[in-house]
Amino acid sequence: MHLEKVVFGFFILLALTVNFGFFLGEIDNPDHHNIYELYAAIVVSLIATVLKFGERTQIGAVLLAASLVADLQLIAAAVVWAVAVHVTEVGLTPMVMASIVSLSGGALLANLVSAALLTAETVSLQR
Amino acid sequence: MTATVIPLVLRRMRPPLLVLISAYAIAVLGFALIPGVDEQGNPWHMGFFHAFYFVSFTGSTIGLGEIPYDFTDGQRLWAVVCVYLTVTAWLYAIGTLIGLIRDPALQTALERIRVRRSVYKLREPFHLICGYGDTGRLLVRSLTARRRRVVVLDENEDRINELNLLDLPVHVPALRMDSGVPENLLTAGLKSRWCMSLLAITDNDHVNLRTAIIGKLLNPGLTVMCRAETAEAAANMASCGTDQVINPFESFADRLQMAIVDPDMHRIYDWLSGVPNTRLPERPEPPSGTWLLCGYGRFGRAVRRTLNAAGVRVVIVQEDVDAAEPSDTFVRGRGTEASTLTEAGIESADALLAGTPDDAENLSIIMTARTMRPDIFIAARVNSMANKVLYQAAEPDLAVEPNYITTSHILSVLNTPLLGEFLEDARKNEPSWHAELAKRIRAVTGGLVPESWTIRISHNRTPALARTLELGEAVPLGCVLRDPRNRDRQLSCLPLLLARGDDRMLLPDPEMVLESGDRILFCGALPAQKGMRELLNNLNSLRYVHTGEVRPDGLLWRRLARRRERLAPAKADREQAP
Repeated sequence: MHLEKVVFGFFILLALTVNFGFFLGEIDNPDHHNIYELYAAIVVSLIATVLKFGERTQIGAVLLAASLVADLQLIAAAVVWAVAVHVTEVGLTPMVMASIVSLSGGALLANLVSAALLTAETVSLQR
Repeated sequence: MTATVIPLVLRRMRPPLLVLISAYAIAVLGFALIPGVDEQGNPWHMGFFHAFYFVSFTGSTIGLGEIPYDFTDGQRLWAVVCVYLTVTAWLYAIGTLIGLIRDPALQTALERIRVRRSVYKLREPFHLICGYGDTGRLLVRSLTARRRRVVVLDENEDRINELNLLDLPVHVPALRMDSGVPENLLTAGLKSRWCMSLLAITDNDHVNLRTAIIGKLLNPGLTVMCRAETAEAAANMASCGTDQVINPFESFADRLQMAIVDPDMHRIYDWLSGVPNTRLPERPEPPSGTWLLCGYGRFGRAVRRTLNAAGVRVVIVQEDVDAAEPSDTFVRGRGTEASTLTEAGIESADALLAGTPDDAENLSIIMTARTMRPDIFIAARVNSMANKVLYQAAEPDLAVEPNYITTSHILSVLNTPLLGEFLEDARKNEPSWHAELAKRIRAVTGGLVPESWTIRISHNRTPALARTLELGEAVPLGCVLRDPRNRDRQLSCLPLLLARGDDRMLLPDPEMVLESGDRILFCGALPAQKGMRELLNNLNSLRYVHTGEVRPDGLLWRRLARRRERLAPAKADREQAP
């Protein structure tokens, strides 16, 4: 067992699961989407990105790209949330909530690709 | 190359970035969770937006105060924790980044990128010089003075720094790396189509050999020239296809022998490989009597072998002499001591060569010998260019500079391609032929060291001449030797060699008719070279010296001339009619 691989896999999967947890629920209902979960998704996703830095392999490069996409989508979701609540004071209307959740849905897709690539790499290693 | 730098930076920055993200995550989460009160005393939660705002400015030590409402004591406690946490994380991250910038590995990688870029941008022929010692310095200076481009490799950081500080007429990319490694040579542009030659001139034979092999294997068409100080290394280099192997000691020994046996040929050598437009050197001829040889290393051995071959008696003065050597030609001791020199027979000797690898010792030998025999012929080996001024003051009859020999050899090959072949062929002739040639060279140059240059008859290099030959006109060699201002005068130059295909003709006859593709080596004064260039490039000048007629040029004049030609026969007919 390789501790570095465990930590690496842990954060990639955690980014996926937390993101999924936030995404789950009715798309325009603020009660189904917890802000703490979005926060956790952002932090875990950032950590996963940094862990992928400096990989020289082709698969490493694609993993890093997927992670950067997820970061971008989640940060965009957080910015939309902050603008709606604090700047324009529109509040979490169904329209705002739907756009936040759909942004996080995009991030979920990127995280899924990450996890799939990680699985593919692990399987192809055969040891 | 960026492929190596960016992953290196990212990998090193991984731990500090993780620490930074974690510190921010903990701090922001804490503020989002800890309850506060607003102005009216109602319970209030900060929220992630305000928490991130507050942590951002405390973390970067800006500090705007307690925003948006005054903190409760619980929040203040957490704020204290956050300040230490985030500021420490930032210091760690920035410290790592600065350490990384100063990292030698990163600096080397960045330097490689810089050099690769400047080599890539070179869009003109350049020479790759491996080794920036005394020879390298001389070569770089003389090549850049002619606006030739060079790329320099040397392992020594001080030398590269010295080169970078020099004010040269063209930019010289310099790399601090070992030239015996293929990767490094590729970085320096070995496979670039503009790379004309590879010059391996470090003072290490083994490195030179490796460089030559790499050069010949990776770019077989490249001209590779090597410096070798031992015969074994020279043979090794020659066997792997090196175009020119220069052994400065052997070349000097060879020249010395030539000077003793055939002084006129030595003069020709000396003049044609000297620095142009300086006074024609008239060196005292080395005597053919007994020679004292102080120092019996690689240099001494080479000199002894050639002198013995020329039938000159040699006495060697050396501290550690093999017992197997006959005692009548070997004297144990140092040439700096008068007693040793007396024992070696300085009283009856004709010449002395101070050839140790130590400049101080050589100078001391010269001074000792001078006081004992003021009239003896003294030759000395100059090891370091820095000591040249001392040798000038000591005034030996002949100063041998191995670095200068190597440099002039390389330059003559690079600048005048046929010179080597000419000297080789000329040497096979009789001494009387040499004497005659020396007289002719002296006559055309007027007491200055001649320029030597090579022309090749082709559309690109000699457009006017190539065009005239194409029209089917027979142009003899003598035609391009005429002065373009006055065709009855000769340019002060001498054709030395004409190469046509594989044939080579020494001192070609001026009546000889030129052909396209001929290569001709000339020597002469600088104005002659300029005059000849005009002939080769300007159709009108060439026509003038060839036929003697001055034709009008320009569109209008050409038309008028054609018209006059057309009318002339008709007019002649009319005149004949009555």
